[in-house]
Order: sequence, then structure tokens, then C-alpha cells
Amino acid sequence: MIEFLTPYLDFLPYELIYLIATLIKVVVILVPLFVIVAYYTYAERKIIGYMQIRIGPNRVGPKGLFQPFADMFKLMFKEIILPTNANIYLFIIAPVLAFAPAMAAWAVIPFNDTLVFSNINAGLLYILAMTSLGVYGVIIAGWASNSKYALLGAMRSAAQIVAYEIAMGFALVGVLMAGGSLNLGEIVNAQAGSVYHWFFIPLFPLFMVYFIAGVAETNRAPFDVAEGESEIVAGFHVEYSGMTFAVFFLAEYANMILISMLTALMFLGGWLSPIPSLLGDSVVWLFLKTGFFMLLFLWFRATFPRYRYDQIMRLGWKVLIPVTIVWLTVEGIMVYYKVGPWFA
Amino acid sequence: MLIESIIFYFFAAVTVLSAASVVTVRNPVHAALFLVLTFFSSAFIWMMLEAEFLAITLVLVYVGAVMVLFLFVVMMLDINIARLREGFIKFLPVGILLALVMFGMLFYVLTGDQSAVESMAAPAAKAADFSNTRALGQVLYTEYVFAFEIAAVILLVAIIAAIALTLRRRTDTRYQNPSQQMKVQKKDRLRIIKMEAEK
Repeated sequence: MIEFLTPYLDFLPYELIYLIATLIKVVVILVPLFVIVAYYTYAERKIIGYMQIRIGPNRVGPKGLFQPFADMFKLMFKEIILPTNANIYLFIIAPVLAFAPAMAAWAVIPFNDTLVFSNINAGLLYILAMTSLGVYGVIIAGWASNSKYALLGAMRSAAQIVAYEIAMGFALVGVLMAGGSLNLGEIVNAQAGSVYHWFFIPLFPLFMVYFIAGVAETNRAPFDVAEGESEIVAGFHVEYSGMTFAVFFLAEYANMILISMLTALMFLGGWLSPIPSLLGDSVVWLFLKTGFFMLLFLWFRATFPRYRYDQIMRLGWKVLIPVTIVWLTVEGIMVYYKVGPWFA
Repeated sequence: MLIESIIFYFFAAVTVLSAASVVTVRNPVHAALFLVLTFFSSAFIWMMLEAEFLAITLVLVYVGAVMVLFLFVVMMLDINIARLREGFIKFLPVGILLALVMFGMLFYVLTGDQSAVESMAAPAAKAADFSNTRALGQVLYTEYVFAFEIAAVILLVAIIAAIALTLRRRTDTRYQNPSQQMKVQKKDRLRIIKMEAEK
């Protein structure tokens, strides 16, 4: 990118060219992400509609294809209501705090061997740190709204995220042991071979735990007690309207896509082809695998009833964490005896 | 080099200002949030020292976990600010004395003849593929393995102690037994009756 820009921007200092190149890369990653988020919401309504024998949105444009844009313009022109006695600064800054980490995490995601924004050594750790920051948006929104429902939603969400983050972290330790690196590209390359070399086979329990914890971390059904329409209306974002609400919405869907893509990268070999002798490795594989997990998010929402709050806590602390600890021990033994094609 | 110093002074200023705000702002939730900002900007300074593992771990552990629990507690408690500020004048002399001692020590170390800062050459920058994490892990599990294990055991004892201190059986709370709930069969709860459609 820098080599490409230099002949045209010769008169600028190197630092400025570097900055422009970086900004272009950011736009190239984030703009498609926003488009995918927009059509993910459309897909959600359509797919859940068909699962429940309804049609879903079908009025705006052919087959309702322009519905996301209609929703976007509606949200942009709605009034932003500031509740009385709300803490204005924190109230406005909360959606930003939810949104920024959800975007920042994309910096280290590799799309293939060379296509990565920032190829840092501690990529996995960085992702874990960024996803753990998202909870601040939720807590601050709940507190600054000066509303009981919002505060209850924020408390539920904070407890839930702290509980599931431990299970998620342990599952990532398993990936780290198998891949021998914190760099996401190296983790994918460690799964090279065929479908039998992918980490979801030796790490199957961790794979399940990671995806379940990912669903819980994004506050999606069946773990959506933080929103819980039937009990606390909309939870932490009950007082938010217009664009401020839209930013929370955007962050949630970007996080869902991120979790799907991370699961595909760490357990299903990312861009690697399942049968390399027949079909080559390509970024299309990554998108297919990511799409499958994105579909699962919607499928869960259409299928499962919401967990009760104490059931969520029990599942996180008493089921998922012991499972990960046991499997890390098993994995340690497998690594020691160099089992199968994975640890040889 | 110029850009690096601008970034350094920016984050250093943010660290100092937010650290000062932690003790001066009136609202305890704001104070906790300023502490988060302090941790975050000091993580940036560590990052500039090429200690990326420590920087990310600081964000992950202190910002992502410890401060979330702090905020959680501070939001739930009804803290009386007036009572907290009562002893301010009484303890002020002690505070000033402590601050002076700290300042004197720092001044002595940073400016004295034995100052290590000036006499040592700046360390060479590591290559881009140098893995901080690997280097730390290698030292921790070889040279300092016993200290590392002892720290782990102390943490484990602290966890068990914290659980033991707060664990008490309350007889007045209702508790549902999940394993019993899961054993429930459809035929125990649901009865399907066949009846004529109403006309």
C-alpha cells in the first residue's frame, strides 16, 4: 500500500503517507463490515421469519432488500432523548465505548496468509483484551441512564460477561497450546493439511465451550437476560434512541461476526481448504465457515427459550469452566505423547 | 522520533491527569472510570517500551476484569462522600509528609551520581519478529520457576480463602436443584386431553 501511494504523494513526509495508507486499510476493512452488519440484520429477520413460517420484511425494495437502509435512515433522523437526571457525558460516551473495542479487535484478524491489517505477535491476547473492554459500554450505559431497568440490565450483563470470559480464556489457552503461538496467522497455519488437521477434532470440548461463551459474551439469545424484553424491557439500552441506540446495535452485530470469524480461524482452519488436493486454499473458505457460525447465532435465537438467570450462572461457573480445565489436562497429555496428526 | 515523543508525552499527561482525577473527583463512579483511563494510558506507555505482553495483560486483567468488578461494587453501594472526606484536614500533614518523602526518593534516584538512568546505554530495539511472550515464558518456567510456583500457590490460597469467607448457608433463600429439574419427564407434567371441537 505504501509503495503504491508513494509516487503520487511524493511531496508529503513519509509519516503522513504511512498515516494515509493506514486509514485506507481501516476503511477497506470497516466499510464491508458495516454493509455485512446491515445485511446480517436483514438476514436475521428473513431467516427467523422463515423458521417461524412468516415472510419477514418484504415491502422496501425487491423482496425487502432495502429494508436495512430504511431502518438506518429512520434511526438517523430520530430524536436522541436524554433522560432527566441522566449523566449526560457518560450517557453519550457509553455507545462509543461499546463500539470502539468491537471495531479495534478487527485489526489483527488475518484473512489469508498475507492479508492482515496488523500482524502482531500477541494477536490472540489482543483480541481477548479488546473483547473484554466491550462490557464498559454496557455498564456505563446502564448506570448513566438513571433508570432502574437499565441498571438491572447492566448488572446482569456485567456478571455474565465476567463469568463467561474465564471459560472463553481457558478455551483460548487450549488453542494456544495446540497452535504454539499467539499469532492468529500461525495458529491457522498450524492446522494445515486437510480437515483432519483442524483443531476442532482434538479440542472438541473447547470448541463447544468457546462458541457457547461467545454467544453469552455478545448477550445473544438464549443468554440475552441483559436485554430480557419480557422482564426489563430492553435492559441497559432502554433509554437510548436514534443513533445512540444504532451504535449499540452495530457493536453487537460486529461482535457476533467477530466471534464467528474467530471460531472459524482457531478451530476450523480459517482460509484452509478441507480437501487441499481437490480445492485450493482461499479466503472464500473463511467466509463460508464464518457464515455458518453467523447462521448458528440466528438459529439459536429462533429455537431456544431464554435461560433463567441462575441457570446462566450455573452453566458458566459449574459446567463450562470445569470442562475446560479437564480438557486442558487431557490436551497436555496429548501434547506430551505427540498424539495424532495435530501434535506430532 | 519526534512522533514517538509526542505520543509518549500525550499518554504520560493523560496518565498523570487521570490519576490526579481519581482522588479529586466527587463521584466514586467517575473516580473508578478515571482509574480505568489511568491503567489504559499506562498500558500505552508500556507498549512504547516494547513490552507488549505486559501492556496487553494490564488491559486484559486490570481494565477488563478487576475494574469491572470494582465498578460493579461502587455502583451498588450507596457511598456517603461527606463522611469519606471528614478526615481530610486531620490527615493532610501526614499525606504531605509521605508525598515529600516519595518525591525526595525519586529525586535522589533520578538525579544523583549513582543514577542508573544516565550511565546505562539505551537498549537496542528488538527486531519486529521478537516475541515478548516467548521470552517471558522461557524465563518464567526455567530461571524463576520456584518463585512463579509460589506466587501461583499464594493466589490459589487467596481464592480459597475468599470463597471460604463468603460462603455461608442461608436457610431462607429458595434454591432450585438443577439436576432434579432436568430429570423431569413430559409425562409427569403434561396431560393431553382429547376433546370434541366446540361448535
